[in-house]
Amino acid sequence: MKYILAILVENKPGVLVRVAGLFARRGFNIESLAVGKTVDPTVSRMTIEVKADEKTLEQVVKQLNKLINILRISNLTHEPSVNRELVMIKVNANPANRAEIQQIVETFRAKIVDVSLQSVIIEITGNEEKLEAILLLLSHYGILETVRTGKIALLRGSKVTKNGGVKENGKDVL
Amino acid sequence: MVIEALKKENVDLIFGYPGGAVLNLYDQLYDADIRHIMTRHEQAAVHAADGYARVTGRPGVVFATSGPGATNLVTGIATAYMDSVPLVLITGQVSSPLIGTDAFQEADICGITLPITKHNYLVTDIADLPRIIKEAFYLAASGRCGPVLIDLPKDIQQAEGEFRYPKNVQIPGYNPTYDGHLGQINRAVKALARAKKPVLYVGGGVVSSGAHELLLELAERTETPVTTTLMGLSAFPGCHPLSLGMLGMHGTYWANIAVNEADLLIAIGARFDDRVTGKINHFAQGANIIHIDIDPAEIGKNIRADVPIVGDAKRVLIELLKKTDSKQHPDWLARIEELKNCVPLDYCQEPEGELLPQFVIESIYRETKGEAVITTEVGQHQMWTAQYYKFKNVRSLASSGGLGTMGYGFPASLGAQLGRPEETVFCIAGDGSFQMNSQELATAVNYNIPVKVAIINNQYLGMVRQWQQIFFRRRYSSVALENGPDFVKLAEAYGAVGLRAEKAAEVAVVLRQAMATPGPVVIDFRVRAEENVFPMVPPNCPTCEMIWSDEE
Ligand SMILES: Cc1ncc(C[n+]2csc(CCOP(=O)(O)OP(=O)(O)O)c2C)c(N)n1
Ligand SMILES: [Mg+2]
Repeated sequence: MKYILAILVENKPGVLVRVAGLFARRGFNIESLAVGKTVDPTVSRMTIEVKADEKTLEQVVKQLNKLINILRISNLTHEPSVNRELVMIKVNANPANRAEIQQIVETFRAKIVDVSLQSVIIEITGNEEKLEAILLLLSHYGILETVRTGKIALLRGSKVTKNGGVKENGKDVL
Repeated sequence: MVIEALKKENVDLIFGYPGGAVLNLYDQLYDADIRHIMTRHEQAAVHAADGYARVTGRPGVVFATSGPGATNLVTGIATAYMDSVPLVLITGQVSSPLIGTDAFQEADICGITLPITKHNYLVTDIADLPRIIKEAFYLAASGRCGPVLIDLPKDIQQAEGEFRYPKNVQIPGYNPTYDGHLGQINRAVKALARAKKPVLYVGGGVVSSGAHELLLELAERTETPVTTTLMGLSAFPGCHPLSLGMLGMHGTYWANIAVNEADLLIAIGARFDDRVTGKINHFAQGANIIHIDIDPAEIGKNIRADVPIVGDAKRVLIELLKKTDSKQHPDWLARIEELKNCVPLDYCQEPEGELLPQFVIESIYRETKGEAVITTEVGQHQMWTAQYYKFKNVRSLASSGGLGTMGYGFPASLGAQLGRPEETVFCIAGDGSFQMNSQELATAVNYNIPVKVAIINNQYLGMVRQWQQIFFRRRYSSVALENGPDFVKLAEAYGAVGLRAEKAAEVAVVLRQAMATPGPVVIDFRVRAEENVFPMVPPNCPTCEMIWSDEE
């Protein structure tokens, strides 16, 4: 099954390597990974999607927790949360079928962000199901290239994944 | 600045090897009142620091230069990491502006050691240095101990900065759990009270947390037999009636069977390694498992834990003992006695026959009364040491368990001797392993470190030969060492004393002679070549399926 982990890390050089290296060497699979600064510039937030069974996930979290630069890990999988991913899709398009593509784009509440004679670039944000659905439809016209940000997620409501209190070696995992 | 910081950490001994990128560091050492031991290879410096750390409980400190100096540390760091030994390693690095340019003697040692250090640092600003050194010592020796590396570019070594050593460390991402969860401890107490056939399974965590006396108390109060891993051997007196000796692949018959028959297994500071458990789903099948460990990641990693307790072994045992009543298990102990008599560990040394390795090791045990500090290399001799040397005192064994590093034992013995100068230190070595770091004879002689190296010379990479004999129909492929050096002459070439024994009657004589010699001694024990270590659990088999002898 796929799990989503929100990880707060110290914003220092090499931290990404430590995290990625740990996954590689212990044979854990990263499905997607997104990193960026938080409002506190000394802290970055990683969202990692992991494909694993429950026991492996427990090991992933415990091993990650041992990395000194990791401040906090939250498992958002079973929490009410908003999950999003942004994809840009470059699709074959000609004047004849452009209207048709426009229709699909509107239905999915996506956006056309670039147009050329032979192609368009579509930008879409959403959860995995929605993205897969539009990709399937667009494949009909010939997808030239795609790029994805990887999944990001936030807890719903006022609850937050915060850096504070003590990291108690894996115990704090939500 | 580095030296000042090391003094603040009460470091009085450094192992290392100089070079271009640490010239400044070594210049500071020149008139510092910290002793520096120059080994003859950086790998040996780490092993020596590791041996020092294992027998004293204090972090070992290592210096090495950039590039090849740093990469030569790798095996030693990995060895320490696998066995959770506290080390602080300081490597030189090329000057900051040159990093990333493939400069002369540049190696990305932080990148290289990422998977084998507890943490590492590349210092980019002199102002960070005191904090980093403080943190490094704290990280190395707290929680689950381990090696920490500091990579120090040459320009940072040359930089001037104000030295203010922090009093405290604040590492937000690091907060080891020391106190066990009381609810779980209560469950453990109840499980112990209910158990009819309990076994304590003890690893290196008991040694490093200093919980050996509490362990003894718990074992005696509840009449629970104790089996240990290789790392845990010195945590419980080998001659104690409740001692089962080591378990696992070359463990005793009774230890493995006792674990098999147990209804409660109390694992303390042990990690259910495959060399211990054999086929994991057959291990301790009938037992409830209490798992006490400081590293939460060890709990549930290899085996289910019915009662998981994250915490420091000492603190957990203190709590546990508060609530544990005394108990007797006459039937269970009788059963264990029966197992012990059923298949004892033995060998048959003919007075005039070939010398047997087991006899040599048992003789070392007898001559030192089990009170020496022992280091071993890796191979058959290591397993015979585990079987026949009954350790009396805690921290009296340094042996590479997790990584199984040949070449560890001899340099480790130098560090161990320097850490415990009053005691007799023996390195029990194989003829193969000893050759991996025999150049350290120069170090031993140079600093007059009076270790006694007992080479169990079977003219083979014995452990590999044993596997080839048993699993590959005696197709001995690249395991013969018959052209090995004359170890007596080798010792003498370095200025050490070399002795030899070929007959049983000579063994005690040379041992006494060695112990009476004030400097380093190498003893060449010419033992039977094709002797095997038994019992043996073939890899990935249930631990009850032991092989007994060559005939099977
Ligand atoms: C650095 C290293 N290389 C290879 C091995 C594999 N290995 C394990 S035991 C062994 C043989 C050791 O021979 P020796 O030191 O003579 O000890 P013996 O088994 O003969 O007692 C070898 C090659 C190892 N453990 N470490
Ligand atoms: Mg040998």
